[in-house]
Amino acid sequence: MTDLSMPQAQTRSQSATGKIALRWLLYVLLGLFALYYLMPLFVMLTTSLKSLEEIRTGSLISLPREVSFDAWKTAWSGACTGIQCEGLRPYFWNSVLIAVPAVFLSTLIGALNGYVVAQWRFKGANIIFSLMLFGCFIPFQVVLLPMARLLGMMGIAGTIPGLIFVHVIYGLGFTTLFFRNYYVTIPSELTKAARVDGAGFLRIFWSIFMPLSLPIIVVTVIWQFTQIWNDFLFGVSFSQAGTQPVTVALNNIVNSTTGVKEYNVDMAAAIIAGLPTLLVYVVAGKYFIRGLTAGSVKG
Amino acid sequence: MAPILDIQNLYKNYGATEILKDINISIEPGDFLVLVGPSGCGKSTLLNCIAGLEPITGGTLSIGGKDMTHVSPKDRDIAMVFQSYALYPTMSVAKNITFGMKVRGVDAATQEAKLKDVAALLQIEPLLNRRPSQLSGGQRQRVAMGRALVRDPKLFLFDEPLSNLDAKLRVEMRTEIKKLHQTLDASIVYVTHDQIEAMTLATKIVVLKGGIVQQIGSPAEIYNNPANLFVADFMGSPAMNLIPAQASNSGSGTQISIARETGETLVLNDARGLSLPQDVILGLRPEDIAEAGFRAGAGVQEAACMIDMVEPAGADTYVVSELGGKQVTARLHAETSAQAGQMLNLAFDMSKVSYFAKETGERLN
Repeated sequence: MTDLSMPQAQTRSQSATGKIALRWLLYVLLGLFALYYLMPLFVMLTTSLKSLEEIRTGSLISLPREVSFDAWKTAWSGACTGIQCEGLRPYFWNSVLIAVPAVFLSTLIGALNGYVVAQWRFKGANIIFSLMLFGCFIPFQVVLLPMARLLGMMGIAGTIPGLIFVHVIYGLGFTTLFFRNYYVTIPSELTKAARVDGAGFLRIFWSIFMPLSLPIIVVTVIWQFTQIWNDFLFGVSFSQAGTQPVTVALNNIVNSTTGVKEYNVDMAAAIIAGLPTLLVYVVAGKYFIRGLTAGSVKG
Repeated sequence: MAPILDIQNLYKNYGATEILKDINISIEPGDFLVLVGPSGCGKSTLLNCIAGLEPITGGTLSIGGKDMTHVSPKDRDIAMVFQSYALYPTMSVAKNITFGMKVRGVDAATQEAKLKDVAALLQIEPLLNRRPSQLSGGQRQRVAMGRALVRDPKLFLFDEPLSNLDAKLRVEMRTEIKKLHQTLDASIVYVTHDQIEAMTLATKIVVLKGGIVQQIGSPAEIYNNPANLFVADFMGSPAMNLIPAQASNSGSGTQISIARETGETLVLNDARGLSLPQDVILGLRPEDIAEAGFRAGAGVQEAACMIDMVEPAGADTYVVSELGGKQVTARLHAETSAQAGQMLNLAFDMSKVSYFAKETGERLN
């Protein structure tokens, strides 16, 4: 009996070792990929901490011999964007002033739109929703000229409110889609019950739908914040000196060099410009996945 | 007394599709009206029309003597219980129940008092701080009823409230709803596709099919005198036997001949002095066919029938025999000696028979 069971036990342990080996291979591969993807960030970080002298003489991937935050200081408050040399700081605040209200407004209006389209079915609701969806797929370049004209007519061309307006309008397609798809999973009987209870259109929205919406609000906020913060085309088209967002300023810093190219400043500026979106992902990332996969609400 | 709910010539269309046609219903205070019919017959749409959640295409509707045809749901003085309960998921049970009062601006003390009353009545006090997702089906059902009761409305509307519960709980809650109706003396409109629910709860039943009212009446009327073949077939379980037969009128009554595949034609006599056309459908409930000797009365007639199947159901035993090309069910006592494949003398209570026209399906007697 023992003789017979031996080979079996052996194959079993063999297959177990095989499984472990495979698993390790997988981890190693994944680790390599992670390193590969993190490489640019590593180069950016180390370069931003080196002095120009060291960049010129050292290797691209070596660690800084001497850590110096001078480049960061310059990028934040001293680098030249064209003729001005105030660093990224004023433009960073421009971006905040554009992104925060634009994210808030587009999320709020998107929620209301989604609520109407999903729960208050009126004649033509589907057509309106399809048209809004169509707005998600219009290339931004197409609308630059008409939008410039419209902003001019409204008297907000080149201003921060003008940029907020543009971002709210072009965010609505996506935000409406997000909220609509979330709200169609909520049984319409909920709205009916609230109507019999005496609640009106806005009351039902605030008291019943909004408290249910946290996951989809997080998704929308992350999506919109990333879109608006990272936007370059609208920023460069519809701003003027003093209202440019950080992305445009970054471009100007990198492109307007006199003499030696200050790689360390460029790298520091790029990281600064990218930090807020990174931060949003780190803080709310787990809700992002949860919200995207959020299904029906149990009554 | 003025009717609590009065619907006249109500029509409802969705585009070109007629969903409800010429509905006329009127109920008195304290009535328990059940709208019953197969799925898609328009019963839930009718309830939504009464609630004001769906606008009506034509006709008028009044609640408590006031015209409500174009009034919004919140001003109709109604409360509604939904099939999915529709509890507000982010609110506690207490908040669910008081939400309507809060919206209407009832003061906090009154809200608290009413909440306490209703919670005691429905025995849900320990649940008041829970969320709907933490409740079982039966508990959610109670909370949904609590939300309706706290309003103390002129009219309660129930939209298939028991269909999401398991069989045992459904019977329990059915009894409870009936008790509640008796204690509160409330006026209720109740939608169901379950004819047993309709029979047990209603003081008045409306049978709907294809958006048209088939019959309105008390449960007994609907059960004993169905207005047409649809009602006869739909109400009652097991269903009424509907047997094609030939009638010939004579002085001493009506001769009813039923063809049989095996054996001679079954001839029965209805002495009620009816005047029937030749081709009729004879309707007889299973309990009106008994084993010979177990049923007495003027109209009872016995005949030997071939038993095809015996189905003991505990309290009763059902036997099936072929008559007029139909499987006819008879309800016998539990200790019957009936055996499949053998002849048995069955007693037909001819005083209970309904006759329907073969072409139109309308009742003839």
